[in-house]
Amino acid sequence: MASTNTVVRPGSTKSRTSGWAPTARKLTPYAFLSPTVIVMLVLMLIPVIMVIGYSFMDNVITNKNPVFVGIDNYVEVLSDPVFRTATGNTLFFTLVSVAAHLLLGLGFAMLLNSPLVGNVTKALFRVVYILPWLFTVAIIAVLWRLMLNPNGVVNYILISLGLTDKGIEWLSSPDTALLAVTFINIWAGYSFYMVTLLAGLQGVPADLYEAARVDGASAFQRFWNVTLPQLKPIIISMSVLDIIWTSQQFALIWMTTGGGPVNVTEMLSTYTYKLAFSRYEFSVASASAVLILLLTMVLAFFYVRHQKARD
Amino acid sequence: MTTFAQKQSPAVRTTPDGARRSPAQKPRRRPKDRLAKVVIILLLLTGAAFAAFPIIWMASSSFKPNTEIFAYPPQLITSNFSFDAYITILTDPTKVRFFINSYVVSLAVTALTLLVAILASYAFSRYEFKGKRPINMIIVSIQAVPPITLLIPFFGLMVVLGLYNTYQGLILTYLVFTLPYAIIMMTGYFNTLPKELDEAARMDGAGPLTVLWRILVPISIPGIVSVGVYTFMIAWNEYLFALTLTRTEDMRTVPIGIQLLMGQNSYEWNEMMAMSILGCIPVLILFLFFQRYFIGGMTAGAVKS
Repeated sequence: MASTNTVVRPGSTKSRTSGWAPTARKLTPYAFLSPTVIVMLVLMLIPVIMVIGYSFMDNVITNKNPVFVGIDNYVEVLSDPVFRTATGNTLFFTLVSVAAHLLLGLGFAMLLNSPLVGNVTKALFRVVYILPWLFTVAIIAVLWRLMLNPNGVVNYILISLGLTDKGIEWLSSPDTALLAVTFINIWAGYSFYMVTLLAGLQGVPADLYEAARVDGASAFQRFWNVTLPQLKPIIISMSVLDIIWTSQQFALIWMTTGGGPVNVTEMLSTYTYKLAFSRYEFSVASASAVLILLLTMVLAFFYVRHQKARD
Repeated sequence: MTTFAQKQSPAVRTTPDGARRSPAQKPRRRPKDRLAKVVIILLLLTGAAFAAFPIIWMASSSFKPNTEIFAYPPQLITSNFSFDAYITILTDPTKVRFFINSYVVSLAVTALTLLVAILASYAFSRYEFKGKRPINMIIVSIQAVPPITLLIPFFGLMVVLGLYNTYQGLILTYLVFTLPYAIIMMTGYFNTLPKELDEAARMDGAGPLTVLWRILVPISIPGIVSVGVYTFMIAWNEYLFALTLTRTEDMRTVPIGIQLLMGQNSYEWNEMMAMSILGCIPVLILFLFFQRYFIGGMTAGAVKS
């Protein structure tokens, strides 16, 4: 902050010392940006360089004098069957979550945008639909552990409806654990799409619908030919963001299943965390972390390109 | 984003007009509309049950004695309805400390984020300078850097800097995650304000900082509230770094505190639910009071004006 003040001051006195003015004017934006740049250098660039460095060393942090070992850590991670399982689980978890988020979010947004329902009703339902999004993942995790307990209320409802005859151990059975955590994540995340798509729907020009109606388009045709193309840019950028976020989900998995039972819910994030903080293999964990970074950068590249195309 | 909030109101207003107009124009469609309305209301109710039932269940469980949590058949309100779980938490200094920690960290992160982001956004919104686009691009892509990638070097860095297990360590860490978003949102807001405003002040000889604090900041309160609310929520809810960068119970935040309740010999479900309710109250209050700004924040990322 101090640097900002000192550099900016000449700028404010430029009316008097005209020789300074052009230089000061040029430097001003950099002065305003300097706190951001310093934070990002120290806490983003340096850590990223550090983790890349770690990934080429033998056991860092625990070992005082780490030695360069080349790509050994990468070979170890990539040949670990658990890493491959984790990649597959992350892919399933992410793609199913994102697809369900989009469908639920779009569905709710269209219901809330219906001209047949009163505005007060809409506002009320909108608040209710946003609720799951306001809870922190830690709360969502314990809440669903309570609900999905073998003696919990979800099993009670299923038994009452005759859908199952005994309590299912949703989170501790290898058959259902991955589905259960994915379901929880779907519940927790659709609101983001709903709110954004609702804003998008309200921005679709009404005369487009009028024109379609005059042409005799059915409700489905209006949705397919007017609504969807109008929402497409929003849907694409939200989906990419959601893929990035969901593939990094840690807390939900960590607090519900911890990656178990027998790795069926192991994700890239929990796998890496365990390597570092349960097994203290910081170097191998760094290699895994760098691989995750690379995967994410590919996604981010598409996101930035998409955003640029929209500008 | 808040451009959106502003745009939203006319959009909302036109909807009921349209609704009133269409039945008048086409009276034949009325029964069909009524059927559609019933279907929509039913779907809305189903959705509401899906969204709200778990939350109602959480609240209900927080008022039960722990022995009745899994009572069969489950009841929403039991005869032993009590505030015991809340009293246990609020009278336990260790647990109250979790809340204090969360407030200290979240408020500090919000204040610092706003300060740094307002300065940066002013530069992005009002100046043309070399490197503007690349810097902007870096800030956008930083949002995508996986937290787990930063976790290991942060752990090493915080130990070296002596910030491990301190407020400062957590606050600095959270800045990395809140700043990019805050800068993008704030720049968007500043861009909606006419440049003539600050140019007029510049003519009168005001320096850039004066223009920013005296002219732009006062009229940007809605945007600042949006960014602030959003930042507070990110900090309040953070889990991974709070788990890894603190060690002692007196430095733990609420999300970790909830998990610690789970670890102790038996599960005190009612206390966990009570703590969850207490833990989401700040965000809920912010949401109810600043709903419009909140939604502005949620839509800022994907909707562009």
